[in-house]
Parts: sequence; C-alpha cells; structure tokens
Amino acid sequence: MTNPNGRFGQHGGQYISETLMNAVIELEQAYNHYKNDPEFNRELTYLFNEYAGRPSRLYFAEKMARDLGGAKIYLKREDLNHTGAHKINNVLGQALLAKKMGKTRLIAETGAGQHGVAAATAAALLDMECVVFMGEEDTIRQALNVYRMRLLGAEVIPVTTGTATLKDAVSAAMREWTSRIVDTHYCLGSVMGPHPFPTIVRDFQAVISREIKEQLREKEGRLPDAVIACVGGGSNAIGSFYHFIDDPSVRLIGCEAAGRGIDTFETAATINTGRLGIFHGMKSYFCQDKYGQIAPVYSISAGLDYPGIGPEHAYLHDIGRAEYVPVTDAEAVEAFEYLARTEGIIPAIESAHAVAHAMRLAPQLAKDQIVVITISGRGDKDCAAIARYRGEDIHE
Amino acid sequence: MSKIKNAFAGGKAFIAFITCGDPDLITTAAAVRAAAQNGADLIELGIPFSDPTAEGPVIQGANLRALKGGVTTDRKLAFVRELRQDVTIPLVFMTYANVVFSYGAERFIAACAACGIDGLILADLPFEEKNDFLPLCHEYGVDLISMIAPTSADRIATIAKEAEGFLYIVSSLGVTGVRSEITTDLAAIVNVVRANTAIPCAIGFGIATSEQAKQMANYADGVIVGSAIIKILEQYGAAAPEHIGAYVKSMKDAIR
Repeated sequence: MTNPNGRFGQHGGQYISETLMNAVIELEQAYNHYKNDPEFNRELTYLFNEYAGRPSRLYFAEKMARDLGGAKIYLKREDLNHTGAHKINNVLGQALLAKKMGKTRLIAETGAGQHGVAAATAAALLDMECVVFMGEEDTIRQALNVYRMRLLGAEVIPVTTGTATLKDAVSAAMREWTSRIVDTHYCLGSVMGPHPFPTIVRDFQAVISREIKEQLREKEGRLPDAVIACVGGGSNAIGSFYHFIDDPSVRLIGCEAAGRGIDTFETAATINTGRLGIFHGMKSYFCQDKYGQIAPVYSISAGLDYPGIGPEHAYLHDIGRAEYVPVTDAEAVEAFEYLARTEGIIPAIESAHAVAHAMRLAPQLAKDQIVVITISGRGDKDCAAIARYRGEDIHE
Repeated sequence: MSKIKNAFAGGKAFIAFITCGDPDLITTAAAVRAAAQNGADLIELGIPFSDPTAEGPVIQGANLRALKGGVTTDRKLAFVRELRQDVTIPLVFMTYANVVFSYGAERFIAACAACGIDGLILADLPFEEKNDFLPLCHEYGVDLISMIAPTSADRIATIAKEAEGFLYIVSSLGVTGVRSEITTDLAAIVNVVRANTAIPCAIGFGIATSEQAKQMANYADGVIVGSAIIKILEQYGAAAPEHIGAYVKSMKDAIR
C-alpha cells in the first residue's frame, strides 16, 4: 500500500529537517531487512504472545447487541493486552527493531500516557533507557500514567510549549531526536510522522485485523459488515482496518474526537474540520487556520487530542474506502458509562468514541449483520476525569 | 541566479535572522534597517509558525510573540514591499513548509518575487520533498535554499550539486540556539560542498560570539546568526534595533 517514497496517494512523505534524514533512511533500511527476518519475527511473536498476552479476545457483546436491538456486536479486546492498550504492539516491534539497530535509548511522545507507558515497559524489558515527552496539561489529566512510567524507570519530561498537549509532545520529541541520533530511536506512537513511521507502526498494529479476521471466521464463518475504531493519529484504527481494506463488503469506520462539536473550535476532528497541510513530517489533513498555523485542538480524550491524522487514513478517506465520523465528548462519556454498565467493561475514553458510534449504527442494521468495535484500551486511567466531567471530585 | 550571490561578493558574508513581527513589525523594520546599515549582507526574515519543530526555545519564543501580535502572511508580504523602498541587500524568507503550502505555493512564491524576496528556506523541506516547491521557485525566480547537516554524510554531494542561492550548513546537531562549542568537522563538510558546487556556503546554528563567527568564517563564505539576535529583541523589545546594529557591526568586523 505504501509507495517507495512513503506516499499514500498525495499524503505522507518525509517533511523533516535535513538533520533527521539519514536517521529515517537508516530506520527504513533496517526495517526492510528485519521485517523479513525469521529470527526477528520469531522474537516479536514470542513477545506478542508470551509477554503482551496476544492474541487478544474477540468477545461477543451479547447484552449490548440485544439492548441496542440490531447487529451482532463483537469487541476486539486490545484493552486486555499487557499495559492495557493496543500501544504495546507497536512499541514491542519498534523497541526490538531499535535494539537490533544498536540503539540503547528510546524516546517517545505520549498523549493519554498509554504509549508512554508501553514505551517505558518495552525499555524496561529490553534494558534500554527511556525518556517520554508529555504535554504538561496531559500530565495533570493522566497523573496515574505519569507515575506508572516513572515506576518503570522512564524519565517523563512535561512539555510546556504551545498548547502543552500531544502535538507539543511530538514536537519536543522530534527536537530531542535532532540533538541525539546515534544512540537514540524515536519510538513514534501512531501511524503518523515522516516515512517510514506510518508504515512501520501500521505493520506492527495490523496484528489486530489479522486476528479479527481469523477469530470471526472461526466464530461466524464470515467477514464482519463493519469495523469501528477511534482515530487520533489512527494507529488502532489502521491496525483494525488493514486486513479488510481489500474486502469491499466490510465498512471501515473511524471515529474522530469532535470535542464540544465540529461546529465549535473545541474539536479535534481532523477529517471533518481540517484541510490538507504539511506538519510533523507528513502531508495529510490538519486542523489549521487560513495561514497554516496549526489549531489548538480539544477533546476530553488526551489520546485523540491531536490536530492531524495519519496519511494512510487521509488516503482511505480520499478514495472513499473508509468513513470518518465525529463523536462528541458527551457521546463518548455516555458510551463509556454504557459499556461499563452493560458489559462490565470500562473502555478507555478514546475507545468509547468508537463504542458511541456503534451505538448509533447497530440499531440500523439487521440482526444477522456483524459489527466489530476495537476497544483500544482500558478505562481505569480515565475514571477520575470522567467523574470530574460528571461533577464528582474523586481522589486517585 | 538571483541577487543572493551579491551578498557574498565583498568577502565573508554576515547573515542575520530576524522573526517578522517580534514583537511587532515596526520593530522588525527598524531591526532589519539597523542590521543592513551595520554590515549585514543578507537577512533571513522568519515567518512565524505555530509549531516550529527545528527551533530551540529562543526562536520558539520569537514565533510565539509574533503570532500573538497577529502578524499574518499577507501583512508580512506588504511589510517586505515597504522595506524594499530602501533596503537593497538580499532578503530571504525562512519558515516551515505548511506556511507556504497553506497559502497556496504558487500564490506565495509569486508574491515573494513581486515584493522583492530573493530566496526561500523551509526548515522541514529536505532534498527528497523539494519538488513540491522547486518548479514554482524556478518559474518566479526565487532561490530555494538547501540545508546540509552534520548527519548528511553521503547526502552532501547530492544536495550540493543541485543547490541554489547559497548552501545553509547546519553547524551542529539539535535545534537552533546559542552553543558554547561547535564540534562538527565543518572543514570536511565544506570540502565535499566545494567539490560539488560553485555556490557559496554559510554556516548557522549556535553562533553567537565574534570568536565563533571568526572561526566559522575560516571554513565557509558566511555565517548565519539567529538566536543571539532574537535574544537582543527579547531583552530590549522596541529599543532593540540600536543594540542589534552594534552587535551586527561587531560580528561583521570579526569576519572581515
């Protein structure tokens, strides 16, 4: 799906400073070698299965389906992975690759903290140093994850520039990588940034759709009618979509964080409100003003609070292969509470955006149709913030 | 070939970087004139970007102050037109790809040519992606300046062969900002550059003192100073132009 120069249609590319060019070229060469190396793949599969707990469950949410009165609903339980989210898939792959490349230090950005926790975890496991950049605003929203990262031996650097959220953490990590390349790998957390990151991260996350396909074949003997996942940068979504892209009967639906609504400025719904631009190493859609200044986006979810979207999603949108729908804070919080009550599963507030759209869609579908929702992470980290949203102040 | 070569015609060139609109355009105009009158041979005018990923804290701060002041791309183009009434040294814009792309690459580059901008430096546009803008730069006669970094290695020759205007050699790893020491083997880099192009090269990133400027001018045809000038603006605000003039004079004298 990737062109040789990392293009997805008009999107992608390598818009970075010259200082980083040889680093991404070296990374691409190493990746092209190791992705076909049986030993690398054996080690990665071992880590996936024995350490991260893969394959993750595909759970039939029978109560939810009955309650909504439409399609059959399956939940792809990435929340059950070690560290509690899909982020571990990518991080184990990249950390192992970095180690093979002789790197001894991982740096990472994080929004909700899930990618940072995963990076800190992989670094601990593989004996690497780890530094995580996190917007100061997010260190407050996700204090528990900051503590987890420190516990795992990582250094967490609060980023105070700009809006002090995910995009600023990415900028800070890019700046750090520019100053220290030889021993350091930038473990990017989503399908974004300069080539080859969108391809590498997608390939490591594609295990999600590969498993969904196999598991559903076993349980139902057929393909799903729709796969729904939340989209910030878009790593769990592309992972959930990838092996269905060539199956046109499967609707692929990405749920963007609309924040307080796509008709307000307090939104992070890139496809619905952004336009084509160049930022953080890639050409894609971005929330920006008329002069190309990147917009200060907003979502209740720190993990979706990003003004851009991965280039492959932008391409899937252009060719009409995937749909991208906005989900507001209010809808996501309701879905968060609904899934907890109905299935006894507390999803990450990010994943709750996907649950919210499934709640709209499922009742419109026939009883024999099948919807898969990727629960990208668990919601423990969000409980205090959701309580606050509901006007209840609890101590973590 | 644009006017940029003129900047290097009279010996080692001193290149000053000033962010447009920091803290306001009146101060920028006075700072540009003070630099030009005191020996600056070329001025890089920074167009602020909300997320300048190649900049250190000093220039990030300048970007932020300028954006707060509401200086838009349109106003900056008008500003250059006004400067051009008396400022004759080469002027280049330095910014990020999205500022140009979002304005409309052709509309932006045509406007650059019309208001008297000689070149364009885009910090996040490496050799591989330059064709987004290069054909338009050729069409309107604006040089697209290429950069070479300490990590460029076997890319140096490739970049140098197709370079135009001048070559911007990044002195050290990391983002922009004052450094106490520059340890890159710049002589080796410049040797490869010289073997592949006749256009001049200038070294930037981390240069603040006249000793550093003198040392860098031994290797290259010019030196570029940004953060040290921005610091003067940060310190003196509207009164900065006078101090910038004195500073530029001392730096230019050091490399003569």
